Amino acid sequence: MAHLQGLKVKRNSVLPGFGISLGFTMFYISILVILPLSTIFIHSVTVPWSKVWETISDQRVVASYQLSIGASLLAAFINVVFGVLIAWVLVRYRFPGRRMIDGLVDLPFALPTAIAGIALTTLYSQNGWIGQFLNFKVAFTPLGITLALTFIGLPFVVRTVQPVLQNVDKEIEEASASLGANRLQTFVRVIFPELLPAALTGFALAFARALGEYGSVVFIAGNMPMRTEITPLLIMTKLEQYDYAGATAIAAVMLIFSFILLFVINLLQWWTNRKFI
Amino acid sequence: MSIQIQNISKSFGTFQALDNITIDIQTGELVALLGPSGSGKTSLLRIIAGLEAANQGAILFGEEDMTLINTKERKVGFVFQHYALFRHMTVFDNIAYGLKVRPRKTRPSKKEIEEKVYELLKLVKLEAFANRYPFHLSGGQRQRVALARALAVEPKVLLLDEPFGALDAKVRKELRRWLRKLHDDYQITSIFVTHDQEEALDVADRVVVMNEGKIEQIGTPEEVYENPISPFVYHFLGNVNLFKGRLHNGKLQHGSFEVDAPEFAGTENREAVGYVRPHDISIEREASPDAVAAKISYIHIVGAAVQIELIRKDEGDFLEVELTKEHFRSLNLKSGEDVYVKPKQLRVFIPEDYSI
Repeated sequence: MAHLQGLKVKRNSVLPGFGISLGFTMFYISILVILPLSTIFIHSVTVPWSKVWETISDQRVVASYQLSIGASLLAAFINVVFGVLIAWVLVRYRFPGRRMIDGLVDLPFALPTAIAGIALTTLYSQNGWIGQFLNFKVAFTPLGITLALTFIGLPFVVRTVQPVLQNVDKEIEEASASLGANRLQTFVRVIFPELLPAALTGFALAFARALGEYGSVVFIAGNMPMRTEITPLLIMTKLEQYDYAGATAIAAVMLIFSFILLFVINLLQWWTNRKFI
Repeated sequence: MSIQIQNISKSFGTFQALDNITIDIQTGELVALLGPSGSGKTSLLRIIAGLEAANQGAILFGEEDMTLINTKERKVGFVFQHYALFRHMTVFDNIAYGLKVRPRKTRPSKKEIEEKVYELLKLVKLEAFANRYPFHLSGGQRQRVALARALAVEPKVLLLDEPFGALDAKVRKELRRWLRKLHDDYQITSIFVTHDQEEALDVADRVVVMNEGKIEQIGTPEEVYENPISPFVYHFLGNVNLFKGRLHNGKLQHGSFEVDAPEFAGTENREAVGYVRPHDISIEREASPDAVAAKISYIHIVGAAVQIELIRKDEGDFLEVELTKEHFRSLNLKSGEDVYVKPKQLRVFIPEDYSI
């Protein structure tokens, strides 16, 4: 329904202040989001197109796109699976320490990301507390990057799914059971579709956050060109070398890519929602 | 499938929701559990469905003990007050759900499922709505879908929890007629919970009146309405007038007023209350020992019956009398008139710890 209302605005709506509130929203979004982002494109236009293309299609840069996007997608996916599980446990069961765990979920939000990066590196480096027991390398590999991105993205999924799960009507589960469905069928066919829009939102948020993450990754990544160098780090490197045009060109590519992905996720969300909204 | 409810008790913390409930329900019966909110009727229904466990007692379907069997295996159809439809599924998928989740061995083929669903859609008169989502349906339509969904698995027992509670008066009446007809056609043992006495009396074969976790009375609608066995049932099923008095020589006395109470012939000098339905009272112009003086305060003519409110002259209590229109016309009563009110059929109870 929302998409319909967006198309034809009623002239005499019951809710007052449509004009002024929409006007303010547009102004605010412009100042806060569109203006800073458009400077990126304006900046990269100042250099010749061939130069831009050379920068953004450089082998090392392309490898970093692959790593950044791949690791972010993987981390967001892991977060959806385990975030839904954690939200489920927090909502459905009562146990001592529940509030503690509930509070811990937010910690990756509150922690300065560099601290998270240092802590994870200490744990997972080859002679770290956990790293020494593993016969494969975690720190300074794409696996380590994914780990850090999973860490910082966790709260997004839990916090979007939790309230939705809380509002899932107990009766639909009872109805499902009375119709002969087992617990797994009830979860897969009845509960999960209710959670899907929220899980998608959580996925989009976790993914977007992971794509831009810098602080926690640089420590655990090792930053080896072609292997463990993420795009935000490349941008930083370019900036440090006063190559502003190069930095903004890469940023523009990331921006376009993120925008396309978020748009696709939004479409998916609209598609899952259209049935009952 | 007959249902035996044996000595069921259930408490939530210190609150005793059900206290030693025993009911026998015959195969093909339509039974109403009637009571005010908090009387335990919904808890009892949920225990029968296996959605809740009793602290004590047993539930038998036929000869089979179901007490420890979970909901999934009980093969009951359950209809919820707020429909509990799966909102991300179409009407078709909602109804087909119970068949689709069966293990592969017993699952009907796709074609059989489709036939079954369309048969049920026809039954609930929603053929045109197969591909709609519940969001687009009205309350009455949603409840019909919920009913079709419950019937799709061919349950041995149909349980309905205030099925028409969330609907408006007209739809409610239509649906309960329709439920009665459905039950007569399919002969499936059904139990429904309601707090609406009219609904229970209208639809059910037998009514179980419940109060505070106990059964007050079980009987046909006629029995419970005509012969309530407790003051509670009198109050809960329809309107009632109270005549307070004292028992003496098999008569209930109050001042000059006295009526026969033969069942209390042996009881002397006890406070008692006589209960009379509004339509079991006649209005007279002449004084007599078994009538009380009253003044007509309000006359309300609606439909075929005339409701008359009176104020007793001795105590100032309100009385309610229902007359047929012809009788009312022949008496030619006017508001403000002084008349005599005579209970034709009065049932006497000695108040124990019961208070209203």
